[in-house]
Amino acid sequence: MKSMRYREAVREAIAEEMERDSRVFLMGEEVAQYQGAYKVSEGLLERFGEKRIIDTPITEAGFAGIGIGAAIVGLRPIIEFMTWNFSAVAFDQLLNNAAKLRQMSGGQLSVPIVFRGPNGSARQVGSQHSHSMEHFYVHVPGLKVVAPATPADAKGMLKAAIRDDDPVLFLESETLYSVKGDVPEGDYVVPFGKGRIAREGKDCTLISYSRMVHVCLEAAEALAAKGIDCEVIDLRSLRPLDEEILVQSISKTHRAVVAYEGWPYGGVGAEVVDRIQRLAFDELDAPILRVTTLDVPMPYNAKLEQHVIPQADRVIAAVEAVTYRRD
Amino acid sequence: MTTATIEEGATGTARREPDDALAADVVRVLAPDGTLVDNDAGVGDDEAVALYRAMVRTRLIDERAVMLQRQGRIGFHIGSLGEEATVIGTVHAMRESDWMFPCYREFGGALYRGMPLQRYFDNLYGNANDPAKGRQMPDHWTYRQAKVGSVSSPIGTQITQGVGFAWAARMRKDPLVAMVYFGDGATSSNEFHNGLNFAGVFKTPNVFVCRNNGWAISVPTERQTASATFAVKGIAYGIPGVRCDGNDIFAVVKTAREAVLRASRGEGPTLIEALTYRMSGHSTSDDASRYRPEEQMSAWTTLDPIHRLRRYLEARVGWTEGQQAAFEAEVAGELKLVIETAEKVTLPALETMFDDVYATLPWHLQEQRAELLAGPRAKGH
Repeated sequence: MKSMRYREAVREAIAEEMERDSRVFLMGEEVAQYQGAYKVSEGLLERFGEKRIIDTPITEAGFAGIGIGAAIVGLRPIIEFMTWNFSAVAFDQLLNNAAKLRQMSGGQLSVPIVFRGPNGSARQVGSQHSHSMEHFYVHVPGLKVVAPATPADAKGMLKAAIRDDDPVLFLESETLYSVKGDVPEGDYVVPFGKGRIAREGKDCTLISYSRMVHVCLEAAEALAAKGIDCEVIDLRSLRPLDEEILVQSISKTHRAVVAYEGWPYGGVGAEVVDRIQRLAFDELDAPILRVTTLDVPMPYNAKLEQHVIPQADRVIAAVEAVTYRRD
Repeated sequence: MTTATIEEGATGTARREPDDALAADVVRVLAPDGTLVDNDAGVGDDEAVALYRAMVRTRLIDERAVMLQRQGRIGFHIGSLGEEATVIGTVHAMRESDWMFPCYREFGGALYRGMPLQRYFDNLYGNANDPAKGRQMPDHWTYRQAKVGSVSSPIGTQITQGVGFAWAARMRKDPLVAMVYFGDGATSSNEFHNGLNFAGVFKTPNVFVCRNNGWAISVPTERQTASATFAVKGIAYGIPGVRCDGNDIFAVVKTAREAVLRASRGEGPTLIEALTYRMSGHSTSDDASRYRPEEQMSAWTTLDPIHRLRRYLEARVGWTEGQQAAFEAEVAGELKLVIETAEKVTLPALETMFDDVYATLPWHLQEQRAELLAGPRAKGH
């Protein structure tokens, strides 16, 4: 085990896969000379040169398409969106091309590409830069969508993403980049479609991913002091989704709260709730509640923003509700 | 390289007129009357006959596909009526190693590159032998074996992809050129500007073929751009823009060959504006008479790319009415056979629609497939 920050884990995954496979390259805005808008690619230009660490003109639709073309040739592009918010201008390339070229060509073409970057709220970046874009992309067959919460998973899942033969959307978080954690040494690869128990418990299941896993762990600690023992599931992989881990945990706790960033209408949380009610209906002792971003565009004002983003106190209140500790 | 002349006024200067091709900057080799402009076709006699046959074959296929759609036997067709010289001439200039990133009017080019006619009709019918396995609209084929990329309905997405492809191929030291096709309308898309900008910056081995056929469905070129020509748009990206008479097969071959050679020498991309004309509606879903008066068409008919090459061949190699009839009969026979075959082939099996969504079939799609195959769904679903 080696302790490192999330940012370093992402960087190490990129570097190791670039060493391992000469087809892998990194492309995006500010990834080379500037060393990455969030310093994820720091040092990579010096190590791999400008032919593999590539600064682009400022146009997500452009370099998403360039990456798809390169992937069709047989290279393994890693396309960095400075933030996932900006992927909106490349949506057609992701929705109509990356996701569908294999299917539309009858299997003649494939797009082994990784799109990655920070997702979700940051701090005071306003309504247009605080989106949780996973809710748009998980809808699309042909895409795989992952959102690791820890440095270990960031490294292991990014390595899996780069080796995958299909397009993978890899969602990081600006607020996670400095989080430290132990990462196994060697060629550590975490396969998709498997969740992780971040904390064991018996009274209520908290289901989350990415940054909100840490918020759920914080809530679970506070709830433990109140005598409520929460299990925290880190989904890690949003598409494919691990149903088994959900059913197993609900069969033990009989109650669940899904906590994530993103608006309450539809989305990953609604999908999780649907799976649980279909697969473990008889195990449930209470309706499942969701703790989400409030249903408004993100305000800039720091105080307002903190009310809109889901916080530990809202998770605690939801758990108390499903365990009938409060009305 | 052309020079831009920006004229006064809000409306554009790019209005397509029958005498546009006479402008000084336009590459011309074969005049509408079938005579050579400079005594040099640049193309041998056998080669010219082969090009002619490909163009006639393309038109006959086109006409048949329209008829099949009118008869309700296929759902849709989008063709290249009047644009055959641009499509066949550019593809003729490609080398075997080169790739084609089509728009959606280049079926003749895909066939010329080696996509079998049977596979093309299998795509029109969306049957089990369709290379796209019945998943795509008619005329949205992919044929990797002939180095032909995928046809995308959203406008222009192939432009950046074609640039990325060429750029990555060069990184891999594959000595290929990617020829990217689009219409005049696509020059308004993000992807045109993105693609050309990247191509200029990365100096990619690309040839951009803008088929200026005068129309984007019902929008005429002068409502598409205020630039004097489409070729001048290359200037802003540091890419030479060349205009050629797109109804003059020899001019198209000459221009495209130079561009392919230039790209293959590592000298970067070229934007070709081929001045041609869409003689049909946008597709079988369109009725051009609603926005284009029929009387406008006669001037364009005299510029027909097939007629002028035929006149040339009649004078040059003595192409006869008999040879013409025999060739048309040969294509008719070929069409009869492939259509009969395509109509006999079954639909793609239900279970195949779960394939190719991912490289390997995920469990949830295996479940959906099993559920579908098990018959009627349970009550309440």
